[in-house]
Amino acid sequence: MATRDTTVGAQPGAIRLRAEGTRWGEVAVKGVLAFCALVSVATTVGIVIALLLPSIEFFREVSIVDFFTDDRWAPLFEPASYGVRPLLAGTFTVTFWASLVALPFGLGAAVYLSEYASPRARGILKPALEVLAGIPTVVFGFFALTFFTPLLQDLGLDVGTFNVLSAGIVIGVLLIPTVASISEDAMAAVPQELRDGAYGLGASKLQVSTRIVIPAAVSGIVASFVLAISRAVGETMVVLLAAGGIAQLTLDPREPSQTMTAFIGATGIGDVPTGSIEYKTIFAVGLTLFVITLFMNMVSIRLVRKYREVYE
Amino acid sequence: MSVPTAALGRRPRGDRVRGTLFYIVLLISVAVGFILLFTLLADVVQKGVGYLDPIFFTEPSSSNPDNAGARPAILGTIYLMLLLLVMVVPIGVGTAIYLEEYADRERWYNRLLELNIQNLAAVPSIVYGILGLAFLVRGIGLGRVLLAGALILTLLVLPTVIVAAREAIRAVPDSIRQGAFALGATRWQVVSRQVLPAAIPGIATGSILALARAIGETAPLLLVGALTYVAVNPTLLGSFTALPIQIYQWIARPQEEFRLLAAAGIIVLLVILLTMNAFAIWLRNRYQRRW
Repeated sequence: MATRDTTVGAQPGAIRLRAEGTRWGEVAVKGVLAFCALVSVATTVGIVIALLLPSIEFFREVSIVDFFTDDRWAPLFEPASYGVRPLLAGTFTVTFWASLVALPFGLGAAVYLSEYASPRARGILKPALEVLAGIPTVVFGFFALTFFTPLLQDLGLDVGTFNVLSAGIVIGVLLIPTVASISEDAMAAVPQELRDGAYGLGASKLQVSTRIVIPAAVSGIVASFVLAISRAVGETMVVLLAAGGIAQLTLDPREPSQTMTAFIGATGIGDVPTGSIEYKTIFAVGLTLFVITLFMNMVSIRLVRKYREVYE
Repeated sequence: MSVPTAALGRRPRGDRVRGTLFYIVLLISVAVGFILLFTLLADVVQKGVGYLDPIFFTEPSSSNPDNAGARPAILGTIYLMLLLLVMVVPIGVGTAIYLEEYADRERWYNRLLELNIQNLAAVPSIVYGILGLAFLVRGIGLGRVLLAGALILTLLVLPTVIVAAREAIRAVPDSIRQGAFALGATRWQVVSRQVLPAAIPGIATGSILALARAIGETAPLLLVGALTYVAVNPTLLGSFTALPIQIYQWIARPQEEFRLLAAAGIIVLLVILLTMNAFAIWLRNRYQRRW
């Protein structure tokens, strides 16, 4: 807010428009509003503290080197082993298959909505995509476990009741709206003159889409990709239900595997005693998950700003 | 790019074929999501509709699928929704007003605040569950109660409400603010009597969509401990369960009958969510003004 000029004229005796005293009601209102804004700051601080303190205790008992280099995750077994790599491998495989579905189809849907769809088709398809985005993930988990995995088995794939492939593909589909809506926003921000210029030179719609619009919107598209990948990494319910609960160091999508989120979920459900090492594993894994997604979110936010700055 | 050889005539055949193929690929991209959506809905309805009887709405869960219902879970979800409404809307709208009408964008702390909110919106929901477990359930010893669940869901969807409310407030043209200021109104008078009334439809739409998202959330509630057998109606400081948790619990059981029961629960949950979505869209179309 710019400061408004409160006096008229500069000579002495000019009419003063400044308020005579402080309006305490106004100050109080601003204070209340700023307090509301502080809630979200407190949330972030709370998350960091909640993750960091028990994690520090955890790493007093388990060496951080073992955490990242051991290839067995078995906190509940004797002898216990705390190598996070199997959980990272599970997360990576799920994310890989989800991205394989979400990124191309999301981008295709965005190009269609932005460049090809009639206003009427767009008016129907965009809210319908919002509906898809609004379906709870536990429902997708149910679908992956009771419909999609049996379907894959019927198709002759050698997958078990719990497997990464089914969970990954279903997560991919639920992320299509994320990729499509952010990419489409970026494409809508590309000035019409760029398209018109290309059409004037005789370019076809395919050429305008792939050589003008997509390159011009690339930072927004990459932002949508990064955000979708970050969501796949953080997705819990589908993997908890459909990917099984065995942490194993494998990249084979037909096998069951446990992700970081599924481990947190599975352990947090039970009544692990506060202060026990099992309890602290939740936070060590949670911190790893938080750092990975935080990094990706920051990249995504940066990229979205970039295209906004260029065209808006 | 090569110069088109037939600049004023028909395009080369290869170009047209490629164009058509590209169009088909795009259509498939759009279709994938919808095919899955319809398969999912058909599958759930076909599996679950048989269990949607009065027992489902009047009885608690049971080890016998034929007597099992979701009354405590449905009530839990309704209570969560009401608590959320009371907590998240005032805080979210308050933050949005602060950022849009009071905050000086040039100040570092206000920019940090915005970045913080953008980032919170993308934190995985299970991390909020960890926050609830550490601070509410164990830290201050609130225990696995309804209030803890409601507080965590509040923090989870707060960024969504803030973003929606900010957009609604920003859509109110500046000329209205300037007009009110010129008549001698204070900042709060401008905000409370001019800006907010004009922004209410947008704020309501965004808040309902955020609430719909919140009550479908499962992962954070798992961690604050809604996964207990609850046969009584939920109270604010008592143990509770909610519809998505009940669904999860039923899916996780090995018997086929419980999966069908889960499908019935999903139908109820989706009907609630779609009703909220439809109401939000109706509100937007009915009351939103274009300036």
